[in-house]
Amino acid sequence: MKRKARVSTVILYVILIFLAIMMIYPFVWSVTASFKTSRQIYGGNPLDLIPRPFTLNNYKRVLELLPFGRFLLNSMLLATVVPVISIVLASMAAYAFARLEFRGRDVIFMLLLGVMMLPGHVTLIPRYALMIKLGWVNRYIALIIPAVFSASLVFKIFFMRQHFLSIPRDLEEAALIDGCSQWGVWRNIMMPNSKPALAALAIIGFKTEWNSFLWPNIVINDFMKMPIQVGLTYLQSNAQSSWDILMAGTTIAIVPVILIFICFQQYFMAGSLTSGMGGR
Amino acid sequence: MRHKVDGVLATFGGSPKPRSKRRNALRRELTAWSFVLPSLIGLGIFVYGSLVYSMYISFTGWDLLTPPKWVGLANYARAFRDPNFIQCLGNTVYFVVAIVPLGIILAMAMAIALNKERPGFKFFRGAFYMPSITSTVAIGMVWLWIFNPDQGVFNTILQFFGVADPPRWLESVKWAKPALSIMRIWQVSGYYMIMYLTGLQNIPKDLYEAAEIDGATKWQQIKNITVPLLANTTVFATIMLTIEAFNIFEAVYVMTEGRPGGTTNTILYYIYTQAFERYRMGYASAMAWILFAILFVVTLVQFNTRRKREEIGY
Repeated sequence: MKRKARVSTVILYVILIFLAIMMIYPFVWSVTASFKTSRQIYGGNPLDLIPRPFTLNNYKRVLELLPFGRFLLNSMLLATVVPVISIVLASMAAYAFARLEFRGRDVIFMLLLGVMMLPGHVTLIPRYALMIKLGWVNRYIALIIPAVFSASLVFKIFFMRQHFLSIPRDLEEAALIDGCSQWGVWRNIMMPNSKPALAALAIIGFKTEWNSFLWPNIVINDFMKMPIQVGLTYLQSNAQSSWDILMAGTTIAIVPVILIFICFQQYFMAGSLTSGMGGR
Repeated sequence: MRHKVDGVLATFGGSPKPRSKRRNALRRELTAWSFVLPSLIGLGIFVYGSLVYSMYISFTGWDLLTPPKWVGLANYARAFRDPNFIQCLGNTVYFVVAIVPLGIILAMAMAIALNKERPGFKFFRGAFYMPSITSTVAIGMVWLWIFNPDQGVFNTILQFFGVADPPRWLESVKWAKPALSIMRIWQVSGYYMIMYLTGLQNIPKDLYEAAEIDGATKWQQIKNITVPLLANTTVFATIMLTIEAFNIFEAVYVMTEGRPGGTTNTILYYIYTQAFERYRMGYASAMAWILFAILFVVTLVQFNTRRKREEIGY
């Protein structure tokens, strides 16, 4: 019996290690290939992961071809500003839905939940038309405002409302009796007591905006305002099939999120279930 | 409870007059609205307003430059006569049918295998989850190389095992769809694994202890306890993954652009090209609504299947 259990454990580990290699291989390949010479990429064995010789030339050429530093900066901006604005707005609304009373509250809440599953593609064209009318095309504001007001804002409102409902009322009631305003309660009691939930939303938001492509691709074609995922597709068409250069580009586009993932893994797992749509 | 506190405050404030009470009520109402209005206005314009606008656009012919012309249902009728759209519909259904069951099974299997604390399991969970947090655009380019028929990893391995004439993957009419499906399953399954791991937390441990006493094997326990009790997670995960599979876009954009011969063209990619390369806004909007209607019906059916099963006690 014991021996059988040991054998099955070994089999389980073999399968898991095999799967883990499959899951990680594309990342490892991309990173290692970005340090290889094109001769090794085209002529060598793709299973050979060690760059020989090791070269930084690919990164140099990426930076010569396109302003990747600028792309990174734009993505950083997008991936911090959008989550911050939407988390603040969502937790404000969530506080009202969880604790305050106003006419039509429950009807409005149901109406909001109705769009949670709404795929973004239906609003793509009217939003673009709106950007043209407002003169926002090729401006940062076109990347930020429409990204804030999307179905994911509703997810965040829902998530924060659930969280606020789990906070005991005693604290706020004491504060209200002491003369604290509702805004004061929200700022000084609800928000500080929600740090893990807010962190989870912030990290998932960072990832979502860092990876966003379809919308930025439509509204931005100015290199100075372009986020990295869009810039990467320009690299793909510029570099044609120079895989050495392209892999340096993809590595730059992937690594920041991976680093954040490694540092904040538990927040990722907690927050991923709230973001919906495969966290895409 | 709140009312009571307000009542206490009112007594302390010494304002029994009905008018100031009404003013207080009004102030409370206004305070509440100040919390929700920023979100509601934004969502009103960019989500609800856009939905109505999109509906209107779908009844017009519009190239963004000249004013839209009302055409009634012509865009909808056109979609069903457009062989490209029909092909995209077929391709998209293929992706859904290929990705959803395999993705769900893989996710569930990974979750069940990793639902313990053993050495290295934390690493495995992280490794399996990692693909789902990376950008599809970037990792799609890496997969483009993996599928490269001449120098890619897949065919190098296949040739090592003696396959003389390995598939040309993304270049071949026959293998392009399976290749894209493999890439998507690889990418999304870790996300649903997390969903299942959460679901597994809710299964009471004593069920397994009782089954063990009754002499049930591990396999029987999984079949008769774990899988049925995960049914709710499975329904939710299936719905989410179905929506995701219907909306394949970035992988197609980066890896195939619908080639070869339109075999990997999906509805969303077709909508994109019609709208933003051909500037047929009305037609693209009509197709977007058709896609939405399909998704809506599929989701309803999935919900109802679950409810019927619940009624017969499964």
